[in-house]
Amino acid sequence: MEKNLNLNLKVWRQKNASDKGKFEEYKVNNISTDMSFLEMFDVLNDKLVTEDKDPIAFDHDCREGICGSCSMFINGQPHGPKQGVTTCQLHMRSFNDGDTIVVEPWRASPFPVIKDLVVDRSAFDRIISAGGFISVNTGNAQDANAIPIPKENADEAFAAAACIGCGACVAACKNASAMLFVSAKVSQFALLPQGQPERHQRVSEMVAQMDLEGFGACTNTGACSAECPKGISLTHIARMNRDYLAASLSSNEK
Amino acid sequence: MTSKLDSKIPEGNLEQKWTKYRSTVPLVNPANKRSLEIIIVGSGLAGASAAASLAELGYKVKVFCFQDSARRAHSIAAQGGINAAKNYQNDGDSTYRLFYDTIKGGDYRAREANVYRLAEVSANIIDQSVASGVPFAREYGGLLSNRSFGGTQVQRTFYAAGQTGQQLLLGAYSGLQRQVGTGNVKMYARHEMLEVVTIDGKCRGIIARDLTNGKLERHFGHAVLLCSGGYGNVFFLSTNAMGSNVTAAWKAHKKGAMFANPCFTQIHPTCIPVSGDHQSKLTLMSESLRNDGRIWVPAKKEDAQALREGRIMPNDIKEEDRDYYLERRYPAFGNLVPRDVASRAAKERCDAGYGVNKTGEAVFLDFAANTLRYGKIEANKKGIQNPSQEQIESLGKAVVKEKYGNLFDMYEQITGVNPYEQPMMIYPAVHYTMGGLWVDYNLMTNIPGLYALGEANFSDHGANRLGASALMQGLADGYFVIPYTIGAYLSKEIMTKAISTDHEAFVEAEKNVQDTINRLLSIKGSKTVDYYHKKLGLIIWNQCGMARNEAGLKQAISDVQALREEFWSNVKVPGDANSLNPELEKAGRVADFLELGELMCKDALERKESCGGHFREEYQTEEGEALRDDENYKYVAAWEYFAGNKWELHKEDLIYDNIKIAQRSYK
Repeated sequence: MEKNLNLNLKVWRQKNASDKGKFEEYKVNNISTDMSFLEMFDVLNDKLVTEDKDPIAFDHDCREGICGSCSMFINGQPHGPKQGVTTCQLHMRSFNDGDTIVVEPWRASPFPVIKDLVVDRSAFDRIISAGGFISVNTGNAQDANAIPIPKENADEAFAAAACIGCGACVAACKNASAMLFVSAKVSQFALLPQGQPERHQRVSEMVAQMDLEGFGACTNTGACSAECPKGISLTHIARMNRDYLAASLSSNEK
Repeated sequence: MTSKLDSKIPEGNLEQKWTKYRSTVPLVNPANKRSLEIIIVGSGLAGASAAASLAELGYKVKVFCFQDSARRAHSIAAQGGINAAKNYQNDGDSTYRLFYDTIKGGDYRAREANVYRLAEVSANIIDQSVASGVPFAREYGGLLSNRSFGGTQVQRTFYAAGQTGQQLLLGAYSGLQRQVGTGNVKMYARHEMLEVVTIDGKCRGIIARDLTNGKLERHFGHAVLLCSGGYGNVFFLSTNAMGSNVTAAWKAHKKGAMFANPCFTQIHPTCIPVSGDHQSKLTLMSESLRNDGRIWVPAKKEDAQALREGRIMPNDIKEEDRDYYLERRYPAFGNLVPRDVASRAAKERCDAGYGVNKTGEAVFLDFAANTLRYGKIEANKKGIQNPSQEQIESLGKAVVKEKYGNLFDMYEQITGVNPYEQPMMIYPAVHYTMGGLWVDYNLMTNIPGLYALGEANFSDHGANRLGASALMQGLADGYFVIPYTIGAYLSKEIMTKAISTDHEAFVEAEKNVQDTINRLLSIKGSKTVDYYHKKLGLIIWNQCGMARNEAGLKQAISDVQALREEFWSNVKVPGDANSLNPELEKAGRVADFLELGELMCKDALERKESCGGHFREEYQTEEGEALRDDENYKYVAAWEYFAGNKWELHKEDLIYDNIKIAQRSYK
């Protein structure tokens, strides 16, 4: 049943990329357990605006857990305490009356803070541009049923493609590694016949871009997958490593 | 037809119009394409697919989106599927049938030629998507799987669990990013378009604001494509993303582009009901659930009362005491009637006192019967003799989980109720807008060089869109229509050199934008932007929502006018214009919604008939079905803007040469 909570918030405030930033404390009262975490922030921001204070900037859009915009690091966990959900789908019934909640932005040097809880994740787009696609121009396609794809491969490709690009994996990783994100895309295409022609080139170029962006190395702690709101599996990292090795060993690929 | 509206529909038989036109539309040679610049606003299905396709052809493309990445456009949230006339199921589907269903579903208020073209290219979209790695659902034989959607009797919907929009958008986005990588597309994320620039009557560019630092930028383009989505957020509560807005389309409208059928909005029947005043948005439960869910309310009012007070649980109500009202009223289509029909039927039951949650505004969507049916099939497949009820239930739940798992999880997260155990509670919510910028057959607005694609235009869905057709239209426009039709205009622009953004038209447009921003920041009133947005939403929902009438619409128009005036004198926008300022962004968008809201009511008032999503209480049959007036209203209402929120109506007659128009019946 619906209840009301009184909460203490410690929120990271940072004016811009060059500002040092600090925590500020806020009290919010009468928060319904039916609210989403972001709706609780709406209430707080409404109050701040009314009091002539600067509202807290945070990324959000669909509020259905699919666009990947929201990105809060809550009590030391990306997207908060609940498994398998994004911040927008985290509801206040996961908290108790009187709780102190600490909210920070994603912390990783390839994701510089723009303001408060908003970070720049354009590095992910650049990794996709480096090779996260199948080179097929519009109009070149053959009939969609011309190549049957075993259901288990299609399902596994879909599971990889469910990645929402939110960056929680990077935020969760002590090395700020982007391996889970990159491997999900590599794996999706590696499992499909359409992805075969560029398979080796793709993995080489995406990994090269990932390194260039300054993401750290993978040390197999598995925090990324544990915190991933879409449950992207570590298997994809294993598949990417195999493909990367194969690509490095084959002589005609760079 | 007024002279200002030339739909440019090609001559010839319906079946040959597009093929013939496509083969005769003027071409631009590859060398010239390299010097032609195209601006695309919005990176959803329409924008991303258009950007990728046009860049592949060699045009110089700039893409703008307000989100931090093109991949986050709201197409990503589409759940259920995408229609295509592939006839893979051998159940009698064809291009004509998809065309017919779409026209009928739209209640005979869409253009025949546009819709036929849409149906024709639908099959190519599936081919293109599969080729670009979209992992659609497949059968064990490795071929593509299909499901049913409302308003049709064939299975033509392709899907990827309940995340079809995500998969299709990521497919188009990867094509777009590939072109970004080659340098053919320059991407401007976290940018918002705030003005259209016209020179000598032609569209020549835009003014955009870099949302991270507030800088205004001038961008020249030989053509501008608005792929900026619909205006459902005028209602405040809708299934749209928080940032979805009408601003790009509205700025174009105020520069002279006509806005067509603004009152045609879609209220989706299966959304999670409102839970309280804090609600910031509503969440859709995909129409695909109506494949396997049965919609009901108690047949007895006292049971409904007991449910509302929490004295009984839904499963306590016996089968014979349940009213499966869609199956009762519409036996031929049952739970798969089109969205407008299903929404009105839910409202009718709830208004009559049969609603099942504490607000009285919810009905049940129940999977129990089909869970058992699936369980029995699975038991058979596995050769289990005399399975127990529990075995059947658990096998059935596994099937339901595979089909709709993500939706069931989402429902549980939002409501705290497990839908595998209890029926879902649902209620209609604003979902899609059929109206939009008026475009001709080339998808060009009445401003030369300015185009509108996807939900931003009005052309294909008439007065009601069928499920799984929005994705189809967005990708049709971007992949397969605009790459051809843009040649009709750009072939005449090859001699136009890039115009300097120091041109006075750019200077003036930028000044307008700056003035509006300054004005918003200088009001320093006492109420937040959301306060006005919520008020506006309530006015439009109550008077221009599922049911409308003359008195209510007149009241709404004056209420919106008064609210707009108050907004401009008492809104409080904090911060400054030179940094990331989400409140300022919202204020600009709400200012535009406050003008659009009035036009929607005006359009609804003018259209004295009921059709599709537009239900005027004065015009209904004895059984409460929509009563169209083809004699007087078989037209597209295109509104021209004049300074000071004045509008003039232009009518484009709709001509049906290939379909016999009839009362739409799903009985």
